[in-house]
Amino acid sequence: MTLLRLTGQGLYCEAGGFHVDPWGSVDRAVVTHAHGDHVAWGCRHYLTSAEGAGVLRARLSDDAPIQAAPYGRSFDLDGVRVSLHPAGHILGSAQVRLEHRGEIWVVSGDYKTDPDPTCTPYEPVRCHTFVTESTFGLPIYRWPPQAEVLHEVNRWWRSNQDAGRTTLLYGYALGKAQRLLAGLDPAIGPILTHGAVERMTAAYRAGGVVLPPTTHAAAMERADRGRAIVIAPPSADGSTWVRRFGEHATGFASGWMLVRGTRRRRSLDRGFPLSDHVDWPSLMAAIDATGAERIWVTHGYTAPVVRWLRELGRDAVAVETRFEGERADLAVPEPGADPSEAE
Amino acid sequence: MRSFARLYAALDETTATNEKVAALADYFRSAPPEDAAWAVHFLTGRRPKRLVSAPDLRRWAADEAGVPEWLFEESYQAVGDLAETITLLLPEPAESGEERALAWWVEERLLPLRGQDPSVQREEMVRAWRELDRRARFVWNKLITGAFRVGASVRLVERALAQASGVEEGAISHRLMGGWEPTPEFFRRLVSVDVSDADVSRPYPFYLAYSLEAEPESLGDPAEWLAEWKWDGIRAQLIRRTGRTFLWSRGEELLNGRFPEVEEAAALLPDGSVLDGELLPWLGEAPLPFAQLQRRIGRTTLSRKVLAEVPEVLVAYDLLEESGEDLRPLALSERRGRLLALLARTPSAGRLVLSPTVELPDWAAAVDARHRAREVGAEGLMLKRGASGYGIGRRRGDWWKWKVEPYSVDAVLMYAQPGSGRRAGLFTDYTFGVWDGEQLVAFAKAYSGLTDGEIRKVDAFVRRNTIEKHGPVRVVKPELVFELAFEGIQRSTRHKSGVAVRFPRMIRWRTDKPASQADTLAMVRGMLAD
Repeated sequence: MTLLRLTGQGLYCEAGGFHVDPWGSVDRAVVTHAHGDHVAWGCRHYLTSAEGAGVLRARLSDDAPIQAAPYGRSFDLDGVRVSLHPAGHILGSAQVRLEHRGEIWVVSGDYKTDPDPTCTPYEPVRCHTFVTESTFGLPIYRWPPQAEVLHEVNRWWRSNQDAGRTTLLYGYALGKAQRLLAGLDPAIGPILTHGAVERMTAAYRAGGVVLPPTTHAAAMERADRGRAIVIAPPSADGSTWVRRFGEHATGFASGWMLVRGTRRRRSLDRGFPLSDHVDWPSLMAAIDATGAERIWVTHGYTAPVVRWLRELGRDAVAVETRFEGERADLAVPEPGADPSEAE
Repeated sequence: MRSFARLYAALDETTATNEKVAALADYFRSAPPEDAAWAVHFLTGRRPKRLVSAPDLRRWAADEAGVPEWLFEESYQAVGDLAETITLLLPEPAESGEERALAWWVEERLLPLRGQDPSVQREEMVRAWRELDRRARFVWNKLITGAFRVGASVRLVERALAQASGVEEGAISHRLMGGWEPTPEFFRRLVSVDVSDADVSRPYPFYLAYSLEAEPESLGDPAEWLAEWKWDGIRAQLIRRTGRTFLWSRGEELLNGRFPEVEEAAALLPDGSVLDGELLPWLGEAPLPFAQLQRRIGRTTLSRKVLAEVPEVLVAYDLLEESGEDLRPLALSERRGRLLALLARTPSAGRLVLSPTVELPDWAAAVDARHRAREVGAEGLMLKRGASGYGIGRRRGDWWKWKVEPYSVDAVLMYAQPGSGRRAGLFTDYTFGVWDGEQLVAFAKAYSGLTDGEIRKVDAFVRRNTIEKHGPVRVVKPELVFELAFEGIQRSTRHKSGVAVRFPRMIRWRTDKPASQADTLAMVRGMLAD
């Protein structure tokens, strides 16, 4: 039985009359998380996790028709039992569990299984069909211990400081920026933020996440030059905005930075492989933990993941996403893209 | 190996020239000479001949990583570098083995792989992978695959060696020319302040010209300048010392044995002579087409027929050493005078030809000569300041190359495939076609000329407009038109279009042109001479 099908507006649950992460404005949208490629404007009704309602509101508008549901609580949408479960990707990110006539489907949204102090950790949910992302669905992607990466960020900040350079660290404004903030050592020096980051950080704090004190870069003091770290979206790189920081070193925190080519293409001083997505081993472990008989693979390296699963004897299919036939094999967001875009 | 791997990582991590030089200098100061010698060897682009076949390497790495070959290939497509793909795929080493020096790894483990049975090679490779940590493993893989580029130019390496040793950069640069073995003795000599170390085979660093982008009037008084044809041959330095001849290419490859007629003539030069010039197939007064030269390149045995039909000469344009004296500080006009006299008294039977000059009463004459360049078989003009000394490397100001305008054609993007290295995962390598009636015929491949922004746009176009996939190659909807430039065009029986072009590159994205208005094959064929 097919509880979800792919329509021109994305994944649709016919029985329940709602879309999951629709691509355009629909009547009822269940939203896994507030990143731009998962949220459409102008829906008449949004359902999202209670933890994520604040950031979704910050992305949409104060009066957006958002209904918030605590993780784990199920409710009925036209006979389909729907519940949201933590996905560990960013604050409020959720997997969507659908149950109808004994059939259980789970849509993962974006997720990671590594610990992250800024959001509720991922929980595996048993299901018959698992719809999983595959952003980093190649075996080359294996994250180094993420605590070490954050430690390395702090060391780099300190060495820039010793050389009298301001540290500019790029990361997506929603999620990655706050995870970085939580990992920084505020004893090193002042922490400045780009406007887009500051807005989302405020939403995180409002949601009860404890983050070190930050200053909007516009309010920077002269003495901060050469000492501070600045957290900014990647789109700020190379813009006139960065001139105010004087001599500086640039870094980018993203899973894509694991590969030298993608790092060098951006002419950055440093790349830090810090990701909010599952790497290859975690992806395979997560799929196993659901006990799913059928796997739908979307968002990323769909083709190799599907083929790999099939060779293991699993029932797997590729589900296309809206961006193009296949969504760029290597969807590295480029400067100028929506700063809060997911990686 | 650990400290060399650390150096590699340091060079890789920074884009700042000063930091690279500092990291290199630190390494050269602290590394034992046997390691430093190998480091110089690799960092200046020398590399071992392929030790292990790439398909074998892929298979063994895939096996060791526990992935099927197709998944290894998918991974390679995303990474664009074999050494790095392998490094990323292999499981973490259980425990890293005993730390050994770079020289040990190269001499005891790497070089002995040559000529071994593949089964032994495999065993050795797997053993090395298991012993090395991730960083060192990457360097090891780089050495094995021979693609050892790390964003430190030879110039930076020379600067760092100068900094570490206190020896002047020019002397370092000179000592690195020609043939040498990466031994500890070599490294000691390289950084030695004692300069009485002449080596009879050693060439001088080549002086290279920049392209003239401005009008020639910007160069000032034409009377101060010397104009010559810019030949399209092999830049070479001919050395005659202590009764021996050495012929070096600009890539510092020893060409001895490949141009016997030139070597024969060189034997008539007095000892202590070094000439700079261009090797060209030459008959009578003029060069033969470049295609003829290709009949001689890469041949080790030359038939009498080839030697008769494609005789080679050295068209000499500079004299760097006379009677053992380094003439490089002298003015070009003085050096040329001496060259002329030297060639006049050397009965070379036309094998050593003085590069003819072009009269320059005014700049209009230069403009005119450049227009005629193709007629005389040249690819443009060289403009050299008469008062200039012979420098090192590419320098602005005194030597300019002024090439003829390239050919240009508006062509349609037909196929695309991902690039490698920093272009990995992006569709950057394109095949272009021109119209033959209703059909597009592929006629050139081009990889360069677009900005990063344009590449991203073309990449997005390719992904959305793929009609067919053949492995990594995408057949795309024929929609985008680019102006291609190229330096030469020849008949070819190996290409469907019937022509082969030299150095094709994109010079403009013709967003103003629909595919239907791209150029035709007939028009391209019309560019063929005669």
